[in-house]
Amino acid sequence: MARTLINVPPTAKRGEVVEIKTLISHPMETGFRTGPDGALIPRDIIHRFTCTYNGEEIFSADLFPAITANPFITFTTVATESGELALSWTDDKGQTQMETAKITVE
Amino acid sequence: MSAGSRRLSFLGVGLVMSALVGSAAVGLADADGDSRRSGFDFMGPQTQAMQGDDTSNPGMLAVLEGEDIWNRKAGAADKSCADCHGDAARSMHGVAAHYPAFDTGTGGPINLDQRINTCREKNQEAEPFPWESEEILALSAYVGLQSRGLPVQVGDDTRLAGAIKAGGEAFHRKQGQLDFSCADCHDANWGRKLGGSVIPQGHATGYPIYRLEWQSMGSLQRRLRNCMAGGRAEPYSYGSPEFVELELYLMSRSRGMAVETPAVRP
Amino acid sequence: MTILATRRDILRTGAATGAAFATLLLVRPVLAKPEEMEAAIRAFTGSAPVAKGKVELVLPALVENGNSVPLTVNVAHWMEPNDYVKTIAVFNEKNPQPNVATFHLTPRAGRASVSTRIRLGDSQKITAIAQLSDGSFWVDEAEVIVTLPACAES
Repeated sequence: MARTLINVPPTAKRGEVVEIKTLISHPMETGFRTGPDGALIPRDIIHRFTCTYNGEEIFSADLFPAITANPFITFTTVATESGELALSWTDDKGQTQMETAKITVE
Repeated sequence: MSAGSRRLSFLGVGLVMSALVGSAAVGLADADGDSRRSGFDFMGPQTQAMQGDDTSNPGMLAVLEGEDIWNRKAGAADKSCADCHGDAARSMHGVAAHYPAFDTGTGGPINLDQRINTCREKNQEAEPFPWESEEILALSAYVGLQSRGLPVQVGDDTRLAGAIKAGGEAFHRKQGQLDFSCADCHDANWGRKLGGSVIPQGHATGYPIYRLEWQSMGSLQRRLRNCMAGGRAEPYSYGSPEFVELELYLMSRSRGMAVETPAVRP
Repeated sequence: MTILATRRDILRTGAATGAAFATLLLVRPVLAKPEEMEAAIRAFTGSAPVAKGKVELVLPALVENGNSVPLTVNVAHWMEPNDYVKTIAVFNEKNPQPNVATFHLTPRAGRASVSTRIRLGDSQKITAIAQLSDGSFWVDEAEVIVTLPACAES
Protein backbone atom coordinates (compact mmCIF):
# COMPACT_ATOMS: atom_id res chain seq x y z
CA MET A 1 0.00 0.00 0.00
CA ALA A 2 1.55 3.28 -1.05
CA ARG A 3 1.37 6.21 1.34
CA THR A 4 -1.17 8.88 0.49
CA LEU A 5 -1.93 12.39 1.67
CA ILE A 6 -5.46 13.56 0.98
CA ASN A 7 -6.76 17.02 1.70
CA VAL A 8 -10.55 17.20 1.77
CA PRO A 9 -12.03 19.93 3.94
CA PRO A 10 -13.78 18.08 6.77
CA THR A 11 -16.77 20.43 6.63
CA ALA A 12 -18.26 22.65 3.93
CA LYS A 13 -21.36 24.67 3.25
CA ARG A 14 -23.93 23.22 0.86
CA GLY A 15 -23.18 24.43 -2.64
CA GLU A 16 -19.63 25.51 -1.80
CA VAL A 17 -16.93 24.55 -4.30
CA VAL A 18 -14.18 22.72 -2.38
CA GLU A 19 -10.69 21.87 -3.53
CA ILE A 20 -9.43 18.33 -3.10
CA LYS A 21 -5.67 17.73 -3.08
CA THR A 22 -4.17 14.27 -3.40
CA LEU A 23 -0.61 13.00 -3.15
CA ILE A 24 0.50 9.39 -3.42
CA SER A 25 3.95 7.83 -3.06
CA HIS A 26 4.98 6.20 -6.36
CA PRO A 27 8.18 6.33 -8.43
CA MET A 28 6.28 6.72 -11.75
CA GLU A 29 9.02 4.88 -13.63
CA THR A 30 8.77 6.22 -17.16
CA GLY A 31 10.14 3.26 -19.07
CA PHE A 32 12.64 5.58 -20.76
CA ARG A 33 15.42 5.35 -18.20
CA THR A 34 18.33 2.92 -18.36
CA GLY A 35 19.58 1.11 -15.29
CA PRO A 36 23.18 0.66 -14.20
CA ASP A 37 23.45 -2.41 -16.45
CA GLY A 38 22.42 -0.39 -19.49
CA ALA A 39 19.04 -2.10 -19.87
CA LEU A 40 15.81 -0.10 -19.99
CA ILE A 41 13.99 -0.02 -16.66
CA PRO A 42 10.45 -1.16 -17.47
CA ARG A 43 7.62 1.36 -17.25
CA ASP A 44 5.63 1.30 -14.01
CA ILE A 45 3.33 4.23 -13.49
CA ILE A 46 -0.04 5.02 -12.02
CA HIS A 47 -2.04 5.53 -15.19
CA ARG A 48 -5.53 6.15 -13.81
CA PHE A 49 -7.00 8.13 -10.95
CA THR A 50 -10.69 8.34 -10.08
CA CYS A 51 -12.76 10.02 -7.41
CA THR A 52 -16.33 9.19 -6.45
CA TYR A 53 -18.59 11.17 -4.14
CA ASN A 54 -21.13 8.96 -2.39
CA GLY A 55 -20.67 6.43 -5.16
CA GLU A 56 -20.96 8.77 -8.14
CA GLU A 57 -17.80 9.43 -10.16
CA ILE A 58 -17.07 13.15 -10.08
CA PHE A 59 -13.57 13.24 -11.51
CA SER A 60 -11.01 11.01 -13.18
CA ALA A 61 -7.64 11.37 -14.86
CA ASP A 62 -5.53 9.38 -17.31
CA LEU A 63 -1.88 9.83 -16.40
CA PHE A 64 1.19 9.37 -18.60
CA PRO A 65 4.94 9.06 -17.81
CA ALA A 66 5.26 12.84 -17.94
CA ILE A 67 3.59 13.03 -14.53
CA THR A 68 6.18 13.50 -11.78
CA ALA A 69 7.00 10.82 -9.22
CA ASN A 70 4.71 10.91 -6.19
CA PRO A 71 1.82 12.18 -8.30
CA PHE A 72 0.04 15.25 -7.02
CA ILE A 73 -3.44 15.94 -8.40
CA THR A 74 -5.86 18.62 -7.30
CA PHE A 75 -9.40 19.20 -8.53
CA THR A 76 -12.67 20.64 -7.28
CA THR A 77 -16.17 19.50 -6.47
CA VAL A 78 -19.38 21.09 -5.24
CA ALA A 79 -20.20 20.09 -1.64
CA THR A 80 -23.68 18.68 -2.19
CA GLU A 81 -24.32 16.39 0.77
CA SER A 82 -22.43 14.81 3.65
CA GLY A 83 -20.78 11.54 2.87
CA GLU A 84 -17.67 9.89 1.62
CA LEU A 85 -15.19 10.56 -1.14
CA ALA A 86 -13.47 7.47 -2.50
CA LEU A 87 -10.20 7.97 -4.36
CA SER A 88 -8.50 5.23 -6.34
CA TRP A 89 -5.17 4.96 -8.11
CA THR A 90 -4.48 2.16 -10.64
CA ASP A 91 -0.98 1.23 -11.76
CA ASP A 92 0.38 -0.54 -14.84
CA LYS A 93 0.29 -3.89 -13.02
CA GLY A 94 -3.46 -3.47 -12.72
CA GLN A 95 -3.36 -2.99 -8.96
CA THR A 96 -5.75 -0.41 -7.54
CA GLN A 97 -5.38 1.36 -4.22
CA MET A 98 -8.40 3.05 -2.70
CA GLU A 99 -8.58 5.60 0.09
CA THR A 100 -11.62 7.36 1.52
CA ALA A 101 -12.24 10.72 3.12
CA LYS A 102 -15.35 11.97 4.88
CA ILE A 103 -16.98 15.31 4.28
CA THR A 104 -19.71 16.91 6.38
CA VAL A 105 -21.92 19.34 4.48
CA GLU A 106 -24.12 21.69 6.44
CA MET B 1 48.67 44.71 -14.77
CA SER B 2 49.54 41.03 -14.45
CA ALA B 3 46.99 38.35 -15.24
CA GLY B 4 46.80 37.38 -11.56
CA SER B 5 45.87 40.79 -10.21
CA ARG B 6 43.56 41.47 -13.15
CA ARG B 7 41.69 38.30 -12.25
CA LEU B 8 41.57 39.37 -8.61
CA SER B 9 40.13 42.77 -9.43
CA PHE B 10 37.54 41.16 -11.69
CA LEU B 11 36.68 38.87 -8.81
CA GLY B 12 36.45 41.88 -6.56
CA VAL B 13 33.93 43.54 -8.87
CA GLY B 14 32.15 40.21 -9.15
CA LEU B 15 31.93 39.90 -5.37
CA VAL B 16 30.50 43.37 -5.01
CA MET B 17 28.01 42.69 -7.80
CA SER B 18 27.07 39.33 -6.40
CA ALA B 19 26.51 40.85 -2.98
CA LEU B 20 24.25 43.43 -4.60
CA VAL B 21 22.44 40.79 -6.64
CA GLY B 22 22.23 38.58 -3.57
CA SER B 23 20.77 41.26 -1.39
CA ALA B 24 18.49 42.57 -4.10
CA ALA B 25 17.20 39.12 -4.87
CA VAL B 26 16.66 37.94 -1.34
CA GLY B 27 16.46 40.98 0.87
CA LEU B 28 18.94 43.01 2.80
CA ALA B 29 20.27 42.07 6.20
CA ASP B 30 17.94 42.03 9.19
CA ALA B 31 17.81 44.88 11.61
CA ASP B 32 20.27 42.93 13.76
CA GLY B 33 22.64 42.55 10.78
CA ASP B 34 21.95 38.86 10.13
CA SER B 35 22.12 38.38 6.38
CA ARG B 36 21.66 34.63 6.55
CA ARG B 37 18.85 33.29 4.43
CA SER B 38 17.42 29.81 4.21
CA GLY B 39 17.47 27.98 0.89
CA PHE B 40 13.69 28.43 1.05
CA ASP B 41 14.07 32.11 0.27
CA PHE B 42 15.92 31.35 -2.96
CA MET B 43 13.17 29.14 -4.39
CA GLY B 44 10.36 30.15 -6.67
CA PRO B 45 6.87 30.66 -5.24
CA GLN B 46 5.53 27.33 -6.51
CA THR B 47 8.29 25.32 -4.81
CA GLN B 48 7.84 27.36 -1.64
CA ALA B 49 4.11 26.55 -1.75
CA MET B 50 4.98 22.88 -2.16
CA GLN B 51 6.97 22.96 1.08
CA GLY B 52 4.49 25.14 2.91
CA ASP B 53 1.49 22.84 2.52
CA ASP B 54 1.74 19.60 4.48
CA THR B 55 -0.69 17.88 2.12
CA SER B 56 1.31 18.77 -0.97
CA ASN B 57 4.82 18.27 0.43
CA PRO B 58 6.10 14.84 -0.67
CA GLY B 59 8.45 14.92 2.32
CA MET B 60 5.38 14.38 4.48
CA LEU B 61 4.90 10.98 2.84
CA ALA B 62 8.25 10.04 4.38
CA VAL B 63 7.10 11.48 7.71
CA LEU B 64 4.06 9.19 7.63
CA GLU B 65 6.36 6.26 6.94
CA GLY B 66 8.57 7.38 9.83
CA GLU B 67 5.64 7.52 12.19
CA ASP B 68 4.80 3.93 11.29
CA ILE B 69 8.38 2.80 11.92
CA TRP B 70 8.40 4.70 15.23
CA ASN B 71 5.48 2.59 16.40
CA ARG B 72 6.66 -0.71 14.97
CA LYS B 73 8.33 -3.28 17.24
CA ALA B 74 11.73 -4.36 15.98
CA GLY B 75 14.83 -6.36 16.84
CA ALA B 76 15.60 -9.10 19.33
CA ALA B 77 14.36 -6.84 22.11
CA ASP B 78 10.99 -6.61 20.30
CA LYS B 79 10.63 -2.95 21.16
CA SER B 80 9.42 0.02 19.17
CA CYS B 81 10.81 3.54 19.50
CA ALA B 82 7.49 4.41 21.11
CA ASP B 83 7.96 1.80 23.83
CA CYS B 84 10.79 3.87 25.33
CA HIS B 85 10.19 7.34 23.92
CA GLY B 86 6.40 7.44 23.95
CA ASP B 87 4.80 10.15 21.87
CA ALA B 88 7.44 11.59 19.54
CA ALA B 89 5.81 15.01 19.50
CA ARG B 90 6.66 15.28 23.17
CA SER B 91 9.86 13.27 23.60
CA MET B 92 11.55 14.33 20.34
CA HIS B 93 10.50 17.98 20.57
CA GLY B 94 13.61 20.03 19.82
CA VAL B 95 15.92 17.02 19.61
CA ALA B 96 16.87 17.21 15.91
CA ALA B 97 17.74 20.89 16.33
CA HIS B 98 20.72 19.82 18.45
CA TYR B 99 22.25 17.48 15.88
CA PRO B 100 25.05 16.71 15.07
CA ALA B 101 25.74 16.36 18.78
CA PHE B 102 28.53 15.08 21.03
CA ASP B 103 28.48 11.35 21.57
CA THR B 104 30.04 10.22 24.83
CA GLY B 105 30.41 6.73 23.39
CA THR B 106 32.75 7.74 20.58
CA GLY B 107 34.02 10.99 22.07
CA GLY B 108 33.14 12.82 18.89
CA PRO B 109 30.26 14.16 16.87
CA ILE B 110 27.40 12.01 15.61
CA ASN B 111 24.54 13.02 13.39
CA LEU B 112 20.89 12.16 13.85
CA ASP B 113 20.95 9.12 11.55
CA GLN B 114 23.86 7.69 13.52
CA ARG B 115 22.09 8.37 16.83
CA ILE B 116 18.97 6.60 15.59
CA ASN B 117 21.01 3.62 14.48
CA THR B 118 22.97 3.49 17.74
CA CYS B 119 19.68 3.34 19.61
CA ARG B 120 18.45 0.67 17.23
CA GLU B 121 21.47 -1.51 17.82
CA LYS B 122 21.80 -1.04 21.57
CA ASN B 123 18.21 -0.82 22.73
CA GLN B 124 16.16 -2.57 20.08
CA GLU B 125 18.96 -5.07 19.32
CA ALA B 126 18.13 -4.65 15.65
CA GLU B 127 20.21 -4.22 12.52
CA PRO B 128 21.05 -0.59 11.87
CA PHE B 129 19.34 0.90 8.84
CA PRO B 130 21.72 1.39 5.88
CA TRP B 131 22.75 4.93 4.96
CA GLU B 132 20.21 6.57 2.70
CA SER B 133 17.70 3.75 3.15
CA GLU B 134 14.01 4.56 2.97
CA GLU B 135 13.64 3.68 6.66
CA ILE B 136 16.38 5.90 8.04
CA LEU B 137 15.22 8.83 5.89
CA ALA B 138 11.65 8.31 7.04
CA LEU B 139 12.60 8.12 10.72
CA SER B 140 14.92 11.13 10.59
CA ALA B 141 12.20 13.07 8.73
CA TYR B 142 9.69 12.14 11.45
CA VAL B 143 12.07 13.07 14.26
CA GLY B 144 13.19 16.17 12.40
CA LEU B 145 9.60 17.32 11.99
CA GLN B 146 9.32 17.50 15.79
CA SER B 147 11.85 20.35 15.67
CA ARG B 148 10.25 22.23 12.78
CA GLY B 149 10.18 25.95 13.45
CA LEU B 150 12.62 25.71 16.35
CA PRO B 151 16.03 27.39 16.12
CA VAL B 152 19.06 25.26 15.29
CA GLN B 153 21.10 24.81 18.47
CA VAL B 154 24.40 23.34 17.36
CA GLY B 155 27.90 24.63 18.02
CA ASP B 156 27.91 25.67 21.65
CA ASP B 157 29.28 22.40 23.03
CA THR B 158 32.96 23.06 23.74
CA ARG B 159 33.71 19.37 23.44
CA LEU B 160 32.98 19.69 19.71
CA ALA B 161 35.19 22.72 19.11
CA GLY B 162 37.92 20.69 17.41
CA ALA B 163 35.45 18.90 15.13
CA ILE B 164 33.75 22.17 14.18
CA LYS B 165 37.12 23.66 13.31
CA ALA B 166 37.94 20.64 11.13
CA GLY B 167 34.59 20.96 9.40
CA GLY B 168 35.20 24.65 8.84
CA GLU B 169 38.55 23.93 7.28
CA ALA B 170 36.88 21.45 4.92
CA PHE B 171 34.28 24.07 4.04
CA HIS B 172 36.97 26.56 3.09
CA ARG B 173 39.36 24.11 1.43
CA LYS B 174 39.64 24.18 -2.34
CA GLN B 175 39.22 20.72 -3.78
CA GLY B 176 38.63 18.78 -6.96
CA GLN B 177 39.36 19.49 -10.59
CA LEU B 178 37.52 22.79 -10.53
CA ASP B 179 39.41 23.88 -7.41
CA PHE B 180 36.28 25.12 -5.65
CA SER B 181 35.71 25.34 -1.95
CA CYS B 182 32.19 25.30 -0.51
CA ALA B 183 32.81 28.89 0.57
CA ASP B 184 33.60 29.96 -3.00
CA CYS B 185 29.96 29.44 -3.98
CA HIS B 186 27.99 29.55 -0.78
CA ASP B 187 29.76 32.37 1.06
CA ALA B 188 31.14 34.46 -1.78
CA ASN B 189 28.61 33.99 -4.56
CA TRP B 190 25.23 33.16 -3.06
CA GLY B 191 22.39 34.77 -4.93
CA ARG B 192 24.19 34.54 -8.27
CA LYS B 193 23.35 31.94 -10.86
CA LEU B 194 25.22 28.72 -11.56
CA GLY B 195 23.78 27.45 -14.81
CA GLY B 196 20.08 28.13 -14.49
CA SER B 197 20.04 27.69 -10.71
CA VAL B 198 20.40 30.32 -8.02
CA ILE B 199 23.22 29.57 -5.56
CA PRO B 200 21.84 29.41 -2.01
CA GLN B 201 23.87 30.06 1.12
CA GLY B 202 24.15 26.37 1.98
CA HIS B 203 22.17 26.28 5.22
CA ALA B 204 21.15 22.70 5.87
CA THR B 205 18.12 23.49 8.00
CA GLY B 206 15.58 21.29 6.24
CA TYR B 207 17.15 17.84 6.07
CA PRO B 208 16.24 15.21 5.13
CA ILE B 209 14.81 17.01 2.12
CA TYR B 210 12.61 16.10 -0.79
CA ARG B 211 14.81 17.17 -3.68
CA LEU B 212 12.99 17.76 -6.96
CA GLU B 213 16.08 16.59 -8.84
CA TRP B 214 15.96 13.22 -7.07
CA GLN B 215 12.16 13.01 -6.95
CA SER B 216 12.74 11.41 -3.57
CA MET B 217 13.96 12.04 -0.04
CA GLY B 218 17.64 12.33 0.70
CA SER B 219 20.03 13.18 3.50
CA LEU B 220 22.44 16.07 3.80
CA GLN B 221 25.29 13.73 2.99
CA ARG B 222 23.62 12.75 -0.28
CA ARG B 223 23.21 16.40 -1.18
CA LEU B 224 26.82 17.17 -0.27
CA ARG B 225 27.99 14.29 -2.47
CA ASN B 226 26.08 15.93 -5.34
CA CYS B 227 27.85 19.22 -4.58
CA MET B 228 31.25 17.59 -4.51
CA ALA B 229 30.59 15.66 -7.71
CA GLY B 230 29.39 18.88 -9.30
CA GLY B 231 32.68 20.50 -8.42
CA ARG B 232 34.53 17.45 -9.79
CA ALA B 233 35.87 16.50 -6.37
CA GLU B 234 35.95 13.02 -4.88
CA PRO B 235 32.86 12.82 -2.65
CA TYR B 236 33.36 11.66 0.93
CA SER B 237 31.92 8.25 1.79
CA TYR B 238 28.66 8.02 3.65
CA GLY B 239 29.25 8.10 7.39
CA SER B 240 32.88 9.14 7.10
CA PRO B 241 34.29 11.35 9.90
CA GLU B 242 34.91 14.12 7.35
CA PHE B 243 31.23 14.16 6.53
CA VAL B 244 30.03 14.36 10.12
CA GLU B 245 32.52 17.16 10.83
CA LEU B 246 31.29 19.06 7.78
CA GLU B 247 27.65 18.53 8.79
CA LEU B 248 28.53 19.75 12.28
CA TYR B 249 30.20 22.86 10.90
CA LEU B 250 27.28 23.58 8.57
CA MET B 251 24.73 23.29 11.35
CA SER B 252 26.78 25.48 13.68
CA ARG B 253 26.97 28.03 10.86
CA SER B 254 23.15 27.95 10.76
CA ARG B 255 22.79 28.37 14.51
CA GLY B 256 19.59 30.20 15.33
CA MET B 257 17.91 29.65 11.98
CA ALA B 258 14.64 27.73 11.96
CA VAL B 259 14.49 23.99 11.30
CA GLU B 260 12.42 23.30 8.18
CA THR B 261 12.38 19.51 8.05
CA PRO B 262 11.06 18.08 5.78
CA ALA B 263 12.05 20.78 3.29
CA VAL B 264 11.57 20.79 -0.48
CA ARG B 265 14.53 21.90 -2.57
CA PRO B 266 15.19 22.01 -6.34
CA MET C 1 45.81 6.05 -41.24
CA THR C 2 44.52 2.49 -41.45
CA ILE C 3 43.30 1.29 -44.79
CA LEU C 4 40.55 -1.30 -44.62
CA ALA C 5 42.18 -3.83 -46.88
CA THR C 6 39.82 -6.78 -46.77
CA ARG C 7 36.07 -7.20 -47.18
CA ARG C 8 36.01 -8.91 -43.77
CA ASP C 9 37.54 -5.82 -42.23
CA ILE C 10 34.86 -3.60 -43.75
CA LEU C 11 32.06 -5.88 -42.54
CA ARG C 12 33.53 -6.03 -39.05
CA THR C 13 33.80 -2.26 -38.87
CA GLY C 14 30.26 -1.86 -40.20
CA ALA C 15 28.87 -4.29 -37.62
CA ALA C 16 30.67 -2.51 -34.82
CA THR C 17 29.37 0.86 -36.03
CA GLY C 18 25.88 -0.58 -36.35
CA ALA C 19 26.01 -2.00 -32.84
CA ALA C 20 27.28 1.29 -31.46
CA PHE C 21 24.55 3.13 -33.33
CA ALA C 22 21.89 0.78 -31.99
CA THR C 23 23.20 1.29 -28.45
CA LEU C 24 22.95 5.02 -28.94
CA LEU C 25 19.32 4.66 -29.94
CA LEU C 26 18.64 2.43 -26.95
CA VAL C 27 20.35 4.68 -24.44
CA ARG C 28 18.83 7.93 -25.70
CA PRO C 29 15.18 7.53 -26.61
CA VAL C 30 14.21 9.55 -29.63
CA LEU C 31 12.52 12.66 -28.34
CA ALA C 32 9.03 13.45 -29.56
CA LYS C 33 8.92 16.05 -32.27
CA PRO C 34 6.32 18.78 -32.64
CA GLU C 35 4.63 16.62 -35.31
CA GLU C 36 4.02 13.90 -32.73
CA MET C 37 2.36 16.42 -30.43
CA GLU C 38 0.24 17.56 -33.37
CA ALA C 39 -0.72 13.95 -34.07
CA ALA C 40 -1.66 13.34 -30.45
CA ILE C 41 -3.74 16.53 -30.43
CA ARG C 42 -5.50 15.48 -33.62
CA ALA C 43 -6.25 12.09 -32.06
CA PHE C 44 -8.01 14.00 -29.29
CA THR C 45 -9.83 16.64 -31.34
CA GLY C 46 -10.47 14.76 -34.58
CA SER C 47 -10.98 17.21 -37.42
CA ALA C 48 -12.90 19.69 -35.21
CA PRO C 49 -11.70 23.29 -35.10
CA VAL C 50 -9.79 24.34 -32.00
CA ALA C 51 -10.35 27.92 -30.86
CA LYS C 52 -8.08 30.06 -28.74
CA GLY C 53 -9.66 31.24 -25.51
CA LYS C 54 -11.34 30.12 -22.31
CA VAL C 55 -8.35 27.99 -21.34
CA GLU C 56 -5.62 29.31 -19.06
CA LEU C 57 -2.50 27.15 -18.83
CA VAL C 58 -0.42 28.18 -15.82
CA LEU C 59 3.25 27.13 -15.79
CA PRO C 60 6.35 28.86 -14.45
CA ALA C 61 8.26 30.47 -17.33
CA LEU C 62 11.61 29.29 -15.98
CA VAL C 63 11.30 26.07 -14.03
CA GLU C 64 13.52 25.32 -11.06
CA ASN C 65 13.79 21.69 -11.93
CA GLY C 66 12.43 19.88 -14.97
CA ASN C 67 11.71 16.83 -12.83
CA SER C 68 8.85 18.55 -11.05
CA VAL C 69 7.03 21.38 -12.78
CA PRO C 70 3.76 22.58 -11.26
CA LEU C 71 0.99 22.86 -13.85
CA THR C 72 -2.51 24.25 -13.52
CA VAL C 73 -5.25 24.49 -16.12
CA ASN C 74 -8.22 26.77 -15.51
CA VAL C 75 -11.09 26.96 -17.99
CA ALA C 76 -13.32 30.03 -17.88
CA HIS C 77 -16.61 28.26 -18.51
CA TRP C 78 -19.50 27.40 -16.21
CA MET C 79 -20.17 23.86 -15.00
CA GLU C 80 -23.93 23.40 -15.49
CA PRO C 81 -25.60 20.00 -15.87
CA ASN C 82 -26.01 20.45 -19.63
CA ASP C 83 -23.17 22.82 -20.38
CA TYR C 84 -19.81 22.11 -18.80
CA VAL C 85 -16.14 21.41 -19.42
CA LYS C 86 -15.91 17.70 -20.11
CA THR C 87 -12.22 17.03 -20.68
CA ILE C 88 -8.92 18.82 -20.27
CA ALA C 89 -6.01 17.23 -22.18
CA VAL C 90 -2.40 18.34 -21.79
CA PHE C 91 0.30 17.68 -24.40
CA ASN C 92 4.04 18.32 -24.63
CA GLU C 93 6.40 18.75 -27.52
CA LYS C 94 9.72 17.16 -26.65
CA ASN C 95 9.32 14.43 -24.02
CA PRO C 96 9.49 10.87 -25.42
CA GLN C 97 5.69 10.78 -25.35
CA PRO C 98 3.39 13.63 -26.40
CA ASN C 99 0.64 13.07 -23.80
CA VAL C 100 0.93 14.43 -20.29
CA ALA C 101 -2.50 13.84 -18.74
CA THR C 102 -6.17 13.80 -19.61
CA PHE C 103 -8.60 15.00 -16.97
CA HIS C 104 -12.29 14.06 -17.10
CA LEU C 105 -14.65 16.42 -15.32
CA THR C 106 -18.35 16.32 -14.53
CA PRO C 107 -20.82 19.17 -13.90
CA ARG C 108 -20.33 18.44 -10.18
CA ALA C 109 -16.87 20.00 -10.35
CA GLY C 110 -18.21 23.49 -9.68
CA ARG C 111 -15.39 25.01 -11.67
CA ALA C 112 -12.96 23.66 -14.27
CA SER C 113 -9.60 23.83 -12.54
CA VAL C 114 -7.02 21.07 -12.21
CA SER C 115 -3.42 21.02 -11.00
CA THR C 116 -0.62 18.51 -11.08
CA ARG C 117 3.18 18.29 -11.33
CA ILE C 118 4.87 17.16 -14.54
CA ARG C 119 8.28 16.23 -15.85
CA LEU C 120 9.83 18.07 -18.74
CA GLY C 121 13.01 16.80 -20.36
CA ASP C 122 13.81 19.98 -22.23
CA SER C 123 12.62 23.51 -22.88
CA GLN C 124 9.45 23.12 -24.92
CA LYS C 125 5.87 24.10 -25.66
CA ILE C 126 3.04 22.72 -23.56
CA THR C 127 -0.52 22.67 -24.95
CA ALA C 128 -3.74 22.39 -22.96
CA ILE C 129 -7.00 21.69 -24.79
CA ALA C 130 -10.44 21.73 -23.19
CA GLN C 131 -13.44 19.97 -24.69
CA LEU C 132 -16.85 21.30 -23.70
CA SER C 133 -19.98 19.20 -23.46
CA ASP C 134 -21.20 20.82 -26.70
CA GLY C 135 -18.23 19.27 -28.50
CA SER C 136 -16.25 22.48 -29.01
CA PHE C 137 -12.49 22.61 -28.37
CA TRP C 138 -10.50 25.46 -26.82
CA VAL C 139 -6.73 25.78 -26.44
CA ASP C 140 -3.93 27.58 -24.63
CA GLU C 141 -0.18 27.07 -25.03
CA ALA C 142 2.88 27.99 -22.99
CA GLU C 143 6.61 27.92 -23.65
CA VAL C 144 8.69 26.66 -20.75
CA ILE C 145 12.44 26.93 -20.26
CA VAL C 146 14.06 23.95 -18.55
CA THR C 147 17.67 23.96 -17.40
CA LEU C 148 19.78 21.21 -15.88
CA PRO C 149 20.72 21.68 -12.22
CA ALA C 150 24.28 22.64 -11.48
CA CYS C 151 24.97 19.98 -8.86
CA ALA C 152 23.33 16.70 -9.81
CA GLU C 153 23.72 13.04 -8.82
CA SER C 154 26.90 11.43 -9.97
